[in-house]
Amino acid sequence: MIPRYLKIAVGVLFAGVLLMGAYLWHMRGKAAQTETRTADKRPVAPPVAGPTEQVILYVADDDPGILRTESARIPLPGGRQQRAQELLRAVLSIYLQKNSPHPLGVGADIRDVYIVDPGLAVIDLNSAFVDGHRSGVLVEELTLASLVQTLAGNIPGINRVRILVEGKQRTTLAGHVDLSNAYDTSAVARLSQELASTPQ
Amino acid sequence: MSVIFFGVALVLVEGMAGNEKRISIYSPVADYSLNVIDRDGREYVGLLEVLEPIGSVSAKVDHENWKLRFNSIEAQFTNGNAHARVRSKDVDLTARFILDNGRGLVPIDSLVTLLPQFIGIPVVFHVNSRRLFISEAGTTYTAEMNKSTPGKLVLNFSRPVNPSISTEPGKLRMSFLRDPLLPSGPQTVTYNEKEISSTTFQESNGAAELTITGSLPLLASFSNDGRTITIAPAPGAAPAAAPVAQAPALPSTITTAPAAPPLTPSAPPATSRFIVMIDASHGGDERGAALSDTLAEKDVTLAFARRIRQELETRGIPALVLRDGNATLSLDQRTASVNAQHPVLYIAVHAANNSSGVRVYTAMIPPDLGPRGPFLAWDAAQSSSLGISQLSAAVIVTELRKKIPARTLAGPVPPLKNITVPAIAIEVAPQGRDIADLTSPDYQAVVATAIATGLETMKPRLEGRR
Repeated sequence: MIPRYLKIAVGVLFAGVLLMGAYLWHMRGKAAQTETRTADKRPVAPPVAGPTEQVILYVADDDPGILRTESARIPLPGGRQQRAQELLRAVLSIYLQKNSPHPLGVGADIRDVYIVDPGLAVIDLNSAFVDGHRSGVLVEELTLASLVQTLAGNIPGINRVRILVEGKQRTTLAGHVDLSNAYDTSAVARLSQELASTPQ
Repeated sequence: MSVIFFGVALVLVEGMAGNEKRISIYSPVADYSLNVIDRDGREYVGLLEVLEPIGSVSAKVDHENWKLRFNSIEAQFTNGNAHARVRSKDVDLTARFILDNGRGLVPIDSLVTLLPQFIGIPVVFHVNSRRLFISEAGTTYTAEMNKSTPGKLVLNFSRPVNPSISTEPGKLRMSFLRDPLLPSGPQTVTYNEKEISSTTFQESNGAAELTITGSLPLLASFSNDGRTITIAPAPGAAPAAAPVAQAPALPSTITTAPAAPPLTPSAPPATSRFIVMIDASHGGDERGAALSDTLAEKDVTLAFARRIRQELETRGIPALVLRDGNATLSLDQRTASVNAQHPVLYIAVHAANNSSGVRVYTAMIPPDLGPRGPFLAWDAAQSSSLGISQLSAAVIVTELRKKIPARTLAGPVPPLKNITVPAIAIEVAPQGRDIADLTSPDYQAVVATAIATGLETMKPRLEGRR
């Protein structure tokens, strides 16, 4: 006959084991989330100080498959090149949010933007941007139009935009949209208008 | 006979890395190429990769041992050891086995003794050219000079072939990487013709090559389902004009973004005929988008392309699927084939899992690339056909919208801008949110029927352009 106090002690210990197990499981999930967030080891760019300006960002929205405009107030430095970088980083910050309308891969970033007179802007993407980009004509076209139109719409005088990856030419963004040539901004503006309309 | 090549202007290339060492393996089941790795001054290849296309294979690492299972045959290799055990028998390798990050590498010249242990049949290995033949997998050919004026060289192959073709002044080269081509006579045959003087067979780096030497720009035409290639001087080529025509040093290989854009003749060739070419995008090693864990874009595009062809043919519109199988075709190969065939319309089919319905694209052409004399710029070859392409897209979208969401868009979708004939790209997404729509015969029929009905409407306009 097992004494009653022993049964109670075993029961309490068993309940303790179950509780500890549940707590361990909970902590494991949290650790995995932390690991994902800290996977991007790139240094964080210092925040830009200075007066803020009202800009129009061209934001891709995958669900209806459209390009919409979004008004934002962001700090913009004086130089054209720095302004271009900040504009594109503002768009990227929208895409890298949790409930992004147009998710990009972890670590996607703009390495640099060069303004080469007369009127040529060169956007240099990092490899994580293209490696983690989803493949498809529309989804790639939305990214292209968003970047090019945000630049051309906010910085006067840009009439061509070239996209490189890690400083090198690439055939396509993710298998569908051509990156082998510079884009004429007037053609991309027309495309952006087409992309702004909801499909019927 | 479909003319596939302009000896001067168009160059087809196999999309492969230039200087990598390769071994090609030809078997009744599959013909394939693998990269060769240099170790200790010898050439090695991954044994798992060699066996994978011809059977069920798995491997696991146990300390310094590498255990391989091919179908029901078990083998064991030890890192640094030049002996292996296959079917419980000792097999000598020509050099030590290397275990490299879990990958088992064997000297390539050991394959002659090693492979028969697994597959039970002998193999023939051309060591210098790294071409390995399993069973009687070879393709032979005969070369016959047709004494017409001008002379034509007719090459008949025992099986359909698909070489990459390149030209240089006085030479037309055909490189057979995936075709197990073997010589059926002397390696060099000379002819007493002034236009075509000789044919030479060579093997190197996992490929066979046929070089046809002539005094004029040469043109290759395919017929008999790829079993016959006819080499003839390009129409209009005269001996005096040849050096002028070939003077621009065209690259023997062209990437999808050529540094010096090749030029495409702006005038349609006389061989144009009423046919719609449907291009199932991606294919072979290039899978396209991963539409789900198990569904690759290349398979969906092929299913839709075949369905569109069927719908067109039931309406009396001849149609051809450009990639009617799982072949790897580069964009340059697709472009060259379409521009040479000169169909009334080119349709590139894509598939996607985002948004819904169908998007129909026409080319985005750089505005500063107008015609240059008698030629079109490579990046603006579509410019003269853009209007009719846009009209075709609009008519198709009108038909599609009767059943599903659809829209027309401009799109920088290769190779639309390089196509000389009317050209559109279609991206099919699910009707709603269910990715299974893409493989549903009903949905495929809805899309294909709308496209075919639209093209039926467009037929008089497209025919009028011929």
